[in-house]
Amino acid sequence: MKRFVSLLLSLVMIMAVGFCFGACSSDSDETESAGEGGASSDFTVGAIYINSQNDTAGYTYAHHKGITTAMQDLGLDVDSQLKIVDNIPEDYDQVMSAIDQLAGQGCDIIFGISFGYLDAFNDAAAEYPDIVFSHATGYLSNDSNFNNYFGRIYQARYLAGIAAGYKSVEIGNNNIGYVSAWGTEYAETCSGINAFALGVQSVNPDAVVHVKQISTWGDEALERQAAEVLVDTYGCGVIAQHCDSAQPQIVAAEKGVFGCGYNSDMAEQAPDAHLTAPVWNWNVYYQYAIETAMNNDAADFVSIVGNYYGGLAEGMVDISPLTANVPEAAAKAIETARTMMANDQWDVFSGVKLQFFEDGEVLDVEAALVTNDGTEIIAAGGQPIDDSVIQGSMNYYVAGVVAES
Amino acid sequence: MSDLELITLFVFNIVVYSIPLLYGTCGEIITEKSGSLNLGVEGTMAVGAIIGYIAGCRSNSFLVAILVSFLAASLVGALFAFFTVTLQANQNVTGLTITTLGVALYFFIGKGLSGMGKWPVLSSSDKMVKGFKNIEIPGLSSIKFVGKAFFTHNILVYAGVVMAIVLWIYIEKTSMGLKLRAIGENPAAADSLGVNVNLYKYIHIMLGSGIMGIGGLYMGLNMSGSFEGSNCWINGYGWIAIALVIFANWSTLRAIGGTFVFGFFNTLIYYNGPLANQFPHALGWLTKIPSQFYSALPFIITLIVLILSSVRKNSSSGEPAAKGINYYREDR
Repeated sequence: MKRFVSLLLSLVMIMAVGFCFGACSSDSDETESAGEGGASSDFTVGAIYINSQNDTAGYTYAHHKGITTAMQDLGLDVDSQLKIVDNIPEDYDQVMSAIDQLAGQGCDIIFGISFGYLDAFNDAAAEYPDIVFSHATGYLSNDSNFNNYFGRIYQARYLAGIAAGYKSVEIGNNNIGYVSAWGTEYAETCSGINAFALGVQSVNPDAVVHVKQISTWGDEALERQAAEVLVDTYGCGVIAQHCDSAQPQIVAAEKGVFGCGYNSDMAEQAPDAHLTAPVWNWNVYYQYAIETAMNNDAADFVSIVGNYYGGLAEGMVDISPLTANVPEAAAKAIETARTMMANDQWDVFSGVKLQFFEDGEVLDVEAALVTNDGTEIIAAGGQPIDDSVIQGSMNYYVAGVVAES
Repeated sequence: MSDLELITLFVFNIVVYSIPLLYGTCGEIITEKSGSLNLGVEGTMAVGAIIGYIAGCRSNSFLVAILVSFLAASLVGALFAFFTVTLQANQNVTGLTITTLGVALYFFIGKGLSGMGKWPVLSSSDKMVKGFKNIEIPGLSSIKFVGKAFFTHNILVYAGVVMAIVLWIYIEKTSMGLKLRAIGENPAAADSLGVNVNLYKYIHIMLGSGIMGIGGLYMGLNMSGSFEGSNCWINGYGWIAIALVIFANWSTLRAIGGTFVFGFFNTLIYYNGPLANQFPHALGWLTKIPSQFYSALPFIITLIVLILSSVRKNSSSGEPAAKGINYYREDR
């Protein structure tokens, strides 16, 4: 009996190994044949992703879609001219070996989408001067072939805040919830919360934004529970979010309140609740970067593109189409604010506040930017805050924001 | 919001988030009672969840969802039984394999379907929505506090408690339950008395896995069936369920209380703020504790329970003596 059992087990193992090899080799065949049939241009784009290129939603998905869209718009063949190394954690050695692999495949520009890639990118840029290195969300760069890129998503959050503000007035509920991955630890989440709150206050000065932090970049169950508590115990009538999944919007729909999603138009998941969502158009930057790299030497890249921080003006960020749940006057107000930001006439974090009225008309008033513990950041009428603060060092909430534990 | 309203809400949420654990724990208890340690709870729940959910939505029937999640998970259990009972493979390794396989299968199916745009949305199936809706138990649900906290839940909550009680009666009070316990304590002795050890093991591993699968379906429905590919619906509950088996001392009745304790700490992660605001004098200190500590609490409790239970190992322990050891008849 024992002999039979061990025989059977080894048979199963052999089959399993064989199956794996079969699957793997057929996979690589596919990529190769696709490579041979490539387009005329030999320009190659490399990308390093934190998650899988096959994701159907979330951060990596958004970047992958941005790169492929940009390449298609530029007439490049995604199958043969895009090399991807995915599922790379924020670990120096692993990022380095991914870069070496892409460099070996002849990439002319390499994108890295996660913050923790920055040191490896910094070193690799010196090692490979003929390749352009472009790193999302970081702060390092050099003056030839290495830059960083990000977007003014806070501008889009301000617009979403206007929609939420009008809704809060309509339903007569001044409590607004915000499910956030992190709080003041990251300038990205912090500036997003503040911009949203200022947007809300531009319509409803009495509104309070309750922030529930889940302390992780993505956990659907925690996102749901946080949203449930915001509606149930804080009585919030609108739920905004800075987290990946649509759970906060689904909760809003289930509980009969409203919400602003993030990253994608979440009206699909919660048609009865969704107002609008701040969204990224990563392809705007990717097209610009790839086109520049195609037509110039790698060493000139940074002198042309610089460190990229595109906003509403460039179309890098935007909000998804307003749903029928949004009060009518909001559309006009949002358009006004959008135009002012796109034309550089006004920005969110400054000594001037916008005040919108029931009919969507705007009044700009000089008012200090004050934190929720009363510290004055910008005096009334003062100049807009520096970009480096929004990107790197903002660590306070503005008045009207309450961090709920 | 009044004091009572907040406490009611708090208890209501404890129940909502503890019952899936009850399914996982009871499934594992019945498996372990047959002498098998199945570490694949997480994967088994994941498979039951996704296959049951899809089948339910496609057929627009809540009953089909429950049956299919039970069947799919018990097939995973059959795989575990085939390896450990028939092929005598190491139970720990097989269990871990089942977890990896189950969770991978979950993502494979989910990502495949949503990639093709064929993921079924919960609202597309009115029977599924209706089936999982909270039911007010006539008479009981109108009682102050207790009614809303305990008797306004979805059907799987009530079914879970009934299941735990029925399983306890089965294990402790019936002759089949006695034979099952005998196998868990000393399979050779049971065998010599004419009990078909392998058949018993197969049946109870599959039954236990099937129950886990329904718990998985519960978790999927509680997330409104939204699949986004970053997290698994089960989210580590399978592992907590395994720890809870020890906490409950292998009694499905005690498991009801045990899951409540875990549900309590899980809910506290989000309710410490509201509770502290409502009762600033009595509970104000709750918010002084960093939120990370609350997130870690269920796991800290697990560790403490494991330490306590290993310290006071005595005759009252319900741990099956032959748990984790394969029974090979010809070895006798």
